[in-house]
Amino acid sequence: MALAKLKVETTDARLSGVVVPDGAAWSNAVRADALSRVRQMGLPTKRDEYWKYTDPASLTTAEPSSAALFVNDEGPLFEAVDRVRIVFVDGVFDAGASDDLTAEGVEIERLADAIQTDIHWAKDLYGVLETRGQTPVERPLAALNTALATDGVVIRVTGKAAKPINFIYLHKDENSDAMLHNVVKVEAGAEVTILETGPAAARFSKMLEVEVADGATFHHVRAQGRDHERRAVTHCFARIGANATFKSFTLTFNGVLTRNECILEIVGDDSVAHVAGACVGDGKDFHHDDTVFVTHDSLNCESRQVFKKVLRNGATGVFQGKILVKAGAQKTDGYQISQSLLLDEDSQFLAKPELEIYADDVACSHGSTSGAIDETALFYLRSRGVPHDEARNLLTLSFLAESLEEIDDAGLAEELRDRLEAWLARHS
Amino acid sequence: MLEIKGLKVKLEEEDKQILKGVDLKIEPGTVHAIMGPNGSGKSTLSYVLSGKDGYVVTDGEATLEGADLLDMDPEDRAAAGLFLAFQYPVEIPGVGNMTFLRTAVNAQRKSRGEVELTAGEFLKEVREKAKSLQIDAEMLKRPVNVGFSGGEKKRNEILQMAMLAPKMCILDETDSGLDVDAMKLVAEGVNALRSEGRSFLVITHYQRLLDHIKPDVVHIMADGRIIKSGGPELALEVENNGYADILAEVA
Repeated sequence: MALAKLKVETTDARLSGVVVPDGAAWSNAVRADALSRVRQMGLPTKRDEYWKYTDPASLTTAEPSSAALFVNDEGPLFEAVDRVRIVFVDGVFDAGASDDLTAEGVEIERLADAIQTDIHWAKDLYGVLETRGQTPVERPLAALNTALATDGVVIRVTGKAAKPINFIYLHKDENSDAMLHNVVKVEAGAEVTILETGPAAARFSKMLEVEVADGATFHHVRAQGRDHERRAVTHCFARIGANATFKSFTLTFNGVLTRNECILEIVGDDSVAHVAGACVGDGKDFHHDDTVFVTHDSLNCESRQVFKKVLRNGATGVFQGKILVKAGAQKTDGYQISQSLLLDEDSQFLAKPELEIYADDVACSHGSTSGAIDETALFYLRSRGVPHDEARNLLTLSFLAESLEEIDDAGLAEELRDRLEAWLARHS
Repeated sequence: MLEIKGLKVKLEEEDKQILKGVDLKIEPGTVHAIMGPNGSGKSTLSYVLSGKDGYVVTDGEATLEGADLLDMDPEDRAAAGLFLAFQYPVEIPGVGNMTFLRTAVNAQRKSRGEVELTAGEFLKEVREKAKSLQIDAEMLKRPVNVGFSGGEKKRNEILQMAMLAPKMCILDETDSGLDVDAMKLVAEGVNALRSEGRSFLVITHYQRLLDHIKPDVVHIMADGRIIKSGGPELALEVENNGYADILAEVA
């Protein structure tokens, strides 16, 4: 079927004059394939069902809208954590600001170097997991990233990583348009924690492809930046083996547009996959979209989706979450909850929870709610002397707690909780 | 301490008069009890005094040490020295009991222009007070009232009362949902707080609680008014004969 006129025009305008980074034959092939898939699918428009609640227009224009830099007196996150810092400034790797890319148990390489190597392990993952994740739902912006991403790192985890790896995305140019692509391969029995922090760019497209092999553990904690005017589309594609653990948590502050897609495929038995998020948005120009797709294709696995949004002064939150249980994926335990706390009547939460199940011995549940602050609890706190705004903020943190509990590392969770508290205090 | 004059209150949502002219004067250091049949307005009185939404005061006044209570926000009433122990303490997931207590204590101190307690000072005090109420460290760490038994919730209310050191304590059916042992423990906690400068208003259905928290004055409330006041013997009379005799007597 021919693509709609708007789609063709949008795609042509975006692809006009783009430069595909040159590399080894495998890299050029995968990028060429991705580019042709983009042309075939066409970039998303607001008429697409999958973009019904989020207008992708600003993500597909040839040039990004500018975004003012956000300045406050908060220091960087995770300063006290012993980690490997990998710094990108407006989407460009900054060797001077980064640590040595070495730590016991991990091999880290720049994407730009990896794609020049004729035989590289990343060949089996780069764009490969993304391509798998294009069915049953098309994700053209992910293919665009595979085709055009200019920077990023590829990480192979061979043992228990000695320290977390922290991608730090700094935003210094009001007109930057960044496209990063990171690949992580966690070998059998290995373990790593990936941290991501920072606002990144005026417009940011970022992909993370993760292979979690049998018996491996992958932890991911991300704090998306506070710049009010930034726009971001991010994709996480993960393939999860047997007896493996995948846990991802994202905290989002501010942002004109954030679309976080997480596509998980569980292919080995007895594994656990959790994806969670908390976001706080203030104002009519805040729009945040979590789109999750979890596929169960093996026995006795557990998946959890826990998403909480705090919305005020006309902010918009979106959740599209799906659990697909394939035939034969017996004993699947799937859970999905998406909730919003609407602090006023102008804010809105749009949710599309879905279950699709082809196995007969599974336990899957999902729930979605929108609510206001509990007046009884508010009175309880105030009757103890806690002032109204402070009481409301405590109850807001209480609402977000279930998602923060998805972070295994108590120290990281505490630091994010403190940031949330500070954000709430600033927005009282 | 607390003085209520001709207090009339109706519901905000519907035109229903709940309190029809309540008069009550509580002297410093005394314990007053209010008993009365269901629907007489006892809990409403406690809510109106502490500032819960949903009620409209149509007439009368309530003052705490001369200050107009009805004009204040709930948090200001608390800072002025009023405390309500809830009949159904609220569960707050994700907020640790300690965090909650410390926030409350320091908010009140701040509001009164006092120096806030340091973490160390606070911890020392809370541990001491928790111990006598048999509240262990584990319970202090858990989210506020989440997964607490009925007895634990009420003990937690008394711990808050002890930490906040109010002048005027209102206990709204603190005995409801408690077995005899739990009630004794709670009553001991309350009795330990009795002092010259602190008054109590104990709202209850049963004489039982008043065996443990001995009142100086007992009031009988019915249909939005205090219809009879007397000494502790009045509670015994209710226990033995129910409210029917008293209601008939004043009718």
